[in-house]
Parts: sequence; C-alpha cells; structure tokens
Amino acid sequence: MKLTETILLDHGSGGRASQELIKNIFLSHLANPVLACLEDSALVDTGSQQLAFTTDSYVVDPIFFPGGDIGELAINGTINDLAMRGAKPLCLSLGLILEEGFPLEELKRVILSIQGACRRADVPVVTGDTKVVPKGKGDKIFINTSGIGLVDRGVHISAGNARPGDAVILSGSMGDHGITILAQRAGISLQGNLRSDTMALHQLVQRMLAEAPGAVHTLRDPTRGGVATSLNEIADAAGVAVELDESAIPVKPEVGAACEILGMDPLYLANEGKCLALVAKEDAGRLIDLMRSLPEGADAAVIGRVMEGPAGRVLLKTAAGGSRIVQSLTGEPLPRIC
Amino acid sequence: MKYVSEFRDKKFIVPLVDELRRTIDRPLRIMEVCGTHTMAIFRHGLRSLMPEGLELISGPGCPVCVTSNAHIDAFIEVANRDGVRVAIFGDLYRVPGSRGSLAKAQSMGAQVEVVYSPMDALTLAGKYPQQMTVFLSVGFETTIPLVAATILEAERRKMGNFTVFSAHKIMPPALTALLGDPELRLDGLLCPGHVSTIIGAAAYEPLAAAYHLSCVVAGFEPVDVLQAVIMLARQAREGRAEVENAYGRAVSWHGNLRAQQLMHEVFEPVDCQWRGLGTIPASGMAIRDHFSRFDAEKRFGIRLTETPEPKGCLCGQILKGRKTPAECPLFAGRCTPLNPVGPCMVSTEGTCAAHYRFGRG
Repeated sequence: MKLTETILLDHGSGGRASQELIKNIFLSHLANPVLACLEDSALVDTGSQQLAFTTDSYVVDPIFFPGGDIGELAINGTINDLAMRGAKPLCLSLGLILEEGFPLEELKRVILSIQGACRRADVPVVTGDTKVVPKGKGDKIFINTSGIGLVDRGVHISAGNARPGDAVILSGSMGDHGITILAQRAGISLQGNLRSDTMALHQLVQRMLAEAPGAVHTLRDPTRGGVATSLNEIADAAGVAVELDESAIPVKPEVGAACEILGMDPLYLANEGKCLALVAKEDAGRLIDLMRSLPEGADAAVIGRVMEGPAGRVLLKTAAGGSRIVQSLTGEPLPRIC
Repeated sequence: MKYVSEFRDKKFIVPLVDELRRTIDRPLRIMEVCGTHTMAIFRHGLRSLMPEGLELISGPGCPVCVTSNAHIDAFIEVANRDGVRVAIFGDLYRVPGSRGSLAKAQSMGAQVEVVYSPMDALTLAGKYPQQMTVFLSVGFETTIPLVAATILEAERRKMGNFTVFSAHKIMPPALTALLGDPELRLDGLLCPGHVSTIIGAAAYEPLAAAYHLSCVVAGFEPVDVLQAVIMLARQAREGRAEVENAYGRAVSWHGNLRAQQLMHEVFEPVDCQWRGLGTIPASGMAIRDHFSRFDAEKRFGIRLTETPEPKGCLCGQILKGRKTPAECPLFAGRCTPLNPVGPCMVSTEGTCAAHYRFGRG
C-alpha cells in the first residue's frame, strides 16, 4: 500500500483506509498480543479476573441530531464496545476537549444527556478531564470515553470465534444513525421519522448469554463502516465466509428512501444501537425470540449464515434473486452526482 | 405504488429472466452507456442472472470518469487559491488529476465542501460574502439545467462572489464518436435513463438511423433493466433498429423542454476533451458570454493544460468498451478505490469501481 503523506478524512471512516493506518502506523510500532486482536475492547487477564478495557472518541457533527446527541452517543458507544466482548460494564471515564466560544448552555445540554444515558444504563462516569483549545482549533466539543468491564470466566466472544454453520443475527433496523447524520448535514428535510438509534446494548447481551450460554460466538456493533465492513472484518479474522439475504435485512422505509435520494448504501452506514451476533445455528430461534421480547431487539432478524469459504468473502443474495460480493468500505461514503 | 420495491421484487424478476433467456437467440453485444446502469446491474446481482451470450459493455456515461486531467488539475489549482471556497458533488472528491485530488488539497488546507445541489453552492456564497465560492461543475444533461437555473438565480440576486467552473458534457456527440469506431460492433444501446428525462427518447433517433442500432431507454431498477434488455433482444431477433422507451414513467418522447431551454439559455456547445476518447466536437458545454461574470474559467483566467495519462492505465479503453477492468494490469493491484490511478476506479459510477466493489472474490 502506498502511504499517503497526510491524514485524510478517509482514515477516520472505519473502512479500509482506517485499517491500513492501524496496520502500518499503530500496530507496527505498538504491537503486543492484546492490541493485535483489534476487537471492540481489549481483554486483560489480571489473574483473578478478566477485564475488558476500551476507549473511543466522538467528533460527530452536528452535535445535536434527531434521536440523540454527542453525549449520549459517547456513553452508549463505549458501553457497547464492552458489551461486544460479553463484559458487564463497570464504569466510564469522560474526557472533553472544548473549543473556545462553545456556549455553556450547549455543554450543559450534552452533560444532561450523558447523565440520562448513564442512569438508564446504570453505569457511572467515575473520572474525567477537560481541556479548552483556542477558537478554530477544535470543533465545538470532542469527547473521549474509556470504559472498564468484567468478563465472566468461560465467556469467549471474539471475531475469530465465528464458525461455519453459525446464524448471523442483526438486532434491528440498519443504517438509522448514519443516514440521519448525513441527511442533517445535507440540510435535507425528509418526511418520515429519521432518528439515530443510539442505545446501550449491555443488558440485551447479558440476557442473551444467560439464555444460551456458549451459543454466542461473536458480537460486533456495526458503527463506522456499517454492517458490510464489520462482517468483512469478522470473515477475515475467523477465516470463514458469510452469506447474507438482502430481503431479510430490516431497513426502515424512510431510511431506504433517504439512502436512494442521497445515493448511499445502508450496508455501509453507521449503526449506534444495534449489534451483529453470530450464534450457534440450533440456538438462533430462541435467541431471536428473546431479543424481540426486549426493546433493544424488537426488530431482530436472522440476516444470513456463516459458511466454510472462500475465507474472508461476504456474499449478498439480492432481493432480485441474483448475488454480489460485499466489500469493506474503502473511504468516507460520499453522495453521488446523478 | 412505491416505485422501488415492486421494481425489485423477485416475483416479477424471475419471469423476466425466463423471458430474456427465451428471447435471446444469438450472441448480443449491448453497451450500457450510463455509469448508474453499470452500478445498478452489479448492485442487484443482475450479472449473475443474465444468460450466456449476452455481453454487457460499460460505456462513457460517467461524467466524473470522462473529465480530463486538465480539468481536475485546474479544479485543484482554483481550490488552492486564497480567498476561494469550492463546492463539489461528492463523486469529484477523490478523483486523481496529475498531482493529487481535491481530497488531498483539502487535507492541505483548501476549502472544499461537498454539496447535494448547485443551489447549495449559491447558499454557501451568501454565507461567506468575503470569499469567492466556485462550484466545480461536472455532469451531463441531467445536471446542466440545474446549474443553468442556479446561474440565473445568481444573476437575479446580483451575486458578485459566485462562479461556476464548467466541465459539463453532453451525451449524443460522444455516442456518435464512439459508434463511428468500426471495432465496436454493438447490437444495441441501453440508453441512459436520467439524461433521457431531459433530452427525450427522440434524441437517439439519428443514432439508430445512422448506425442501424437498436436503442432502448431504460430505468435503473432490476425490472427496468431486464425489460429494456428483453426489448433489445427482440429488436435483434426481428432485425429492427428503432428507438423504444422502456422508462415511460420518467421519460417522454421529446424530454423536458423547459430544462432544455434553460440549458441552452445559459450554456453553449464547445469542442471538448473527453478522457480516453480525445477531443469531440461540440460535446462540452461552456457558459455563454452574457454570463461570463459567473464563469470561473474567465474570472480566474484559467488555461487548461493537458497532461498524459498515467502509464499502464486503461481507463480510455475501458470507457470505449474495448477492454474490461480485469484486463487492466493496474486493476485491484496498483489501482484501488483508495489509491486510484484513473477516475474509472474512483467514481462511484466508474466501471472499475463497480467491478471492484461488486464483482471480485
């Protein structure tokens, strides 16, 4: 890969550019076995316990959007990264980088959202930091959250754990958050109820693990890069193939319509309140029933299956009856001319 | 009727595929002119459904792909000027010229904003009165009337800080230039649906007559594409070379007359260089003198200097339908969507981009 000389927006998109940056700059200099796993959170074994540890930064623009704001996103996002390893979240840190001139009213609004999200999730912020940068050197507010959780012994959830025969479950409708943000930025007011789906999923995950111990092999929250990128990463990590049924993937009509107008593919759009679960086939039915009985999983569906090979390939059986390959996102998703 | 789900429904598609198989009685070479058709065919997995003997060749209907290096380099030069903010459609963002792309320019400090409509660029100019907002304008007849309307609105509002840098092109002259190549050997043309909403189905009659070529105007849903291909296959079987409209819900015989009028009021045809096809007479659209104060090329005194295409790049041949992406030595190796050599890989509608995203593995 030819190294570009400067950071581009593509490097933050969660797609191939991001992956190459991680491989060429971060892993090559910082490598250790824990980091190299590149999962949603790292598992650190202290001897007496398995700790999950994760960090995430939030730079979304606009900071307030239908369905939530940057504060809620930060809390739910970090809790979800812990939940995706099967961890029970213990506590969070909150680091703020504020731009000079950012209105205190808006800061308060963000903090109140954070308060609400923490209460609903029953996970506290226990430590924090604040920095202020001169006007023009930031963008209103940047948030970094780190989180610690505990993983029970005997819980082994990772991308590499997916196996042929597994059912691929998506916990609800796809693309809601991504298209809401893009539509806001485009200044397009579209009819219908476009809202971010930001939501904490740790309680859903704990119920799933209790319902069918050992059946959940892989969990991933498909944020930047979307379902397409997450499944490609999982297929690569586990050396398996994934087959998806386009008709089975839940997409809200307003999300589908907005995607058509803007020229976006919902498979590549961020989800902030959904998870992919690759589970043992024989347990898929009862896990779906459980998920649908809970608010976090009301629209859960089996969207595909894991196959032996070819390793790393994700294939979509289209609604039209044909098939096509689904690649990882390469750079930022961009709207088209015509 | 929702106009989307019905046109993607397997219960309509299965019988259409069967009918296509029954109708094709000989090898057929069809050019799908429009990049959006290339993407639609791949995205819905239609290639996997098409019968043997049907060869679909991608044509030059991708406005970004056919924009020459000279224009891209000039776009970047304008973006790098002090006091300038450029507005673009998303497709243009990563297109490489001879010295990088607008994405690269932005990372080095140029002000580049992605917009969804040329009117947004006008709004931007109003928002930043101290800067010159330049709309870097690429697109075929689908887009040109919108830009014309925007320039007329800029005139009405007496805007002094808004200009358009036009690299617009029109389709029929390019098709004539392509079809003049005896090596091309086409049986039919799948005509671009959105361009045709403006120019009308009648615009293809001269081509059908001069080259004895079947032309069917097609929409972009799976049902639309299959229906149009069936009509082309039937024409081939019956020895007909006519223009038929299979996209009646959006395209009329004479097209959108008001849009055509707007286009010609503000723009006039000029000779223009198409990447891979060379200079085609009267195929570009330049802003008329009357509106020269909105013409970025004139306001900035830009001179376009053509540079040679990167070594090994087969974009030109691919745009003419002469080679496939797989035949290009750079495809998926040196040339990928992240590090594209030619625009066919970078534009969302580029043939190479479609093959890379949907066809490999």
